[in-house]
Amino acid sequence: MQDEPGPTELTKAVADFLREDIAPLVSGHNAFKLRVAINMLDLVTRQLTLEAASDASEKRRVQGLLAMQGSLFELNRALADKIANGELDLRTPGLAEHLWQTTMDKLAVDQPTYAAYRRELERSKLQR
Amino acid sequence: MKVIEEQLTRSVAAWYPGATGVGGTLKLSGGASQETWSFEIMTRSGNVGAILRRAPEGYGAAPSRAAGLDAEAALMHLAHQAGLPSPRVLHVFDANDDLGPGFIMERVEGETIARKILRDAQFADARSMLARQLGRIAAGIHDLPRAKLPLLRQRTASEEIGELAREYGSLNWPKPVFELALRWLRDNDPGPPVQVTLVHGDFRLGNLIIGVDGVRAVLDWELAHLGDPMEDLGWICVNSWRFGELDKPVGGLGTREELFAGYEAAGRAVDAARVTFYEVMGTLRWGVMCGGMMQRFRMQPDHAMERAMIGRRASETEIDLLRLLAPRI
Repeated sequence: MQDEPGPTELTKAVADFLREDIAPLVSGHNAFKLRVAINMLDLVTRQLTLEAASDASEKRRVQGLLAMQGSLFELNRALADKIANGELDLRTPGLAEHLWQTTMDKLAVDQPTYAAYRRELERSKLQR
Repeated sequence: MKVIEEQLTRSVAAWYPGATGVGGTLKLSGGASQETWSFEIMTRSGNVGAILRRAPEGYGAAPSRAAGLDAEAALMHLAHQAGLPSPRVLHVFDANDDLGPGFIMERVEGETIARKILRDAQFADARSMLARQLGRIAAGIHDLPRAKLPLLRQRTASEEIGELAREYGSLNWPKPVFELALRWLRDNDPGPPVQVTLVHGDFRLGNLIIGVDGVRAVLDWELAHLGDPMEDLGWICVNSWRFGELDKPVGGLGTREELFAGYEAAGRAVDAARVTFYEVMGTLRWGVMCGGMMQRFRMQPDHAMERAMIGRRASETEIDLLRLLAPRI
């Protein structure tokens, strides 16, 4: 077991430092690149926080759909192939729900401010 | 003096009447296949704002989809002649210029940054009419006479689907949502167009110069080709170019009805089902392009962070595709 503070605490500390102390000192194209760098660190922090749970539930869902075992990459490859050859489609029970949940979990990490994601998140909350 | 300024001074002296030199060179963008510079042509009667667009040194042939800089210049010239908003092309380089393939055009003042066009108060009047105006301009592009066009690639929808499938396959990036979209495209392939026309290929906010009075110039003809004119109307509706304005499908500016009305008022017919088909195809294309950025990020050290982060935007196209193909009720 590694010592603390943990990875998300470290990446967040670096991002906060760059955002609060360095960003005001930088201008021009480097300011743009710094913003990209901060966004990257924020993304990594979100992924480290959310990935384990979303990967586990994604794996459970694909194993259910395909009735097979394997790594998440292998399972996604198999699922992609079955959609490509028409074995599975949107009429397959659970497929649309699976693709939606998986995509929502990706956007929560990649781009949580994306307007289409915000809209769909609101929709999910209303339905609950 | 910068190398580029020396080269431009020599070139401009040979073809611009009364040119005494150039100044104010400023690199606006440096893509992998093209770079763009702004500069002033100085004459005794004053300065003329100009834009240089050329293939940078050290890069080989343009990517297979690109029309080529000579074709771009020819198309902008044709558009300008036809009265469409387009910069005047001043000079196309030949071997004497020593500036590589490229051309020089007049600089058109205005805004290209989509978020400013969509949010700033000064563009409020322009915003209310842009969707319709874009329809009219698209119709003008599609009406440019075939006989005068430069040599351009031509692809049917089926060939485009095949190419997308190959590009996606080469990424070794299994994405069930992309497979779903490819399947949908194959099942809904509209077949050859009623009429093959010039297609701009990248007709969207970001490639348009906008003033308070509306569209001032259509830029970036790099992806121009021959094909189904409905492709341009579908591409401008792709959610990636709405910049958060979800309910205004035409570039975050207005409705499809306004776009179609402008197009039809210019005497051309709209096929809404084909437009939807090309919106789905365009969404997938941008998603696959994000994957291409991921691949280039791993292969080339330049622009590393930007490319890496564009790679992580593929999921935006996945949610857009699901909203199009498997909407939740």
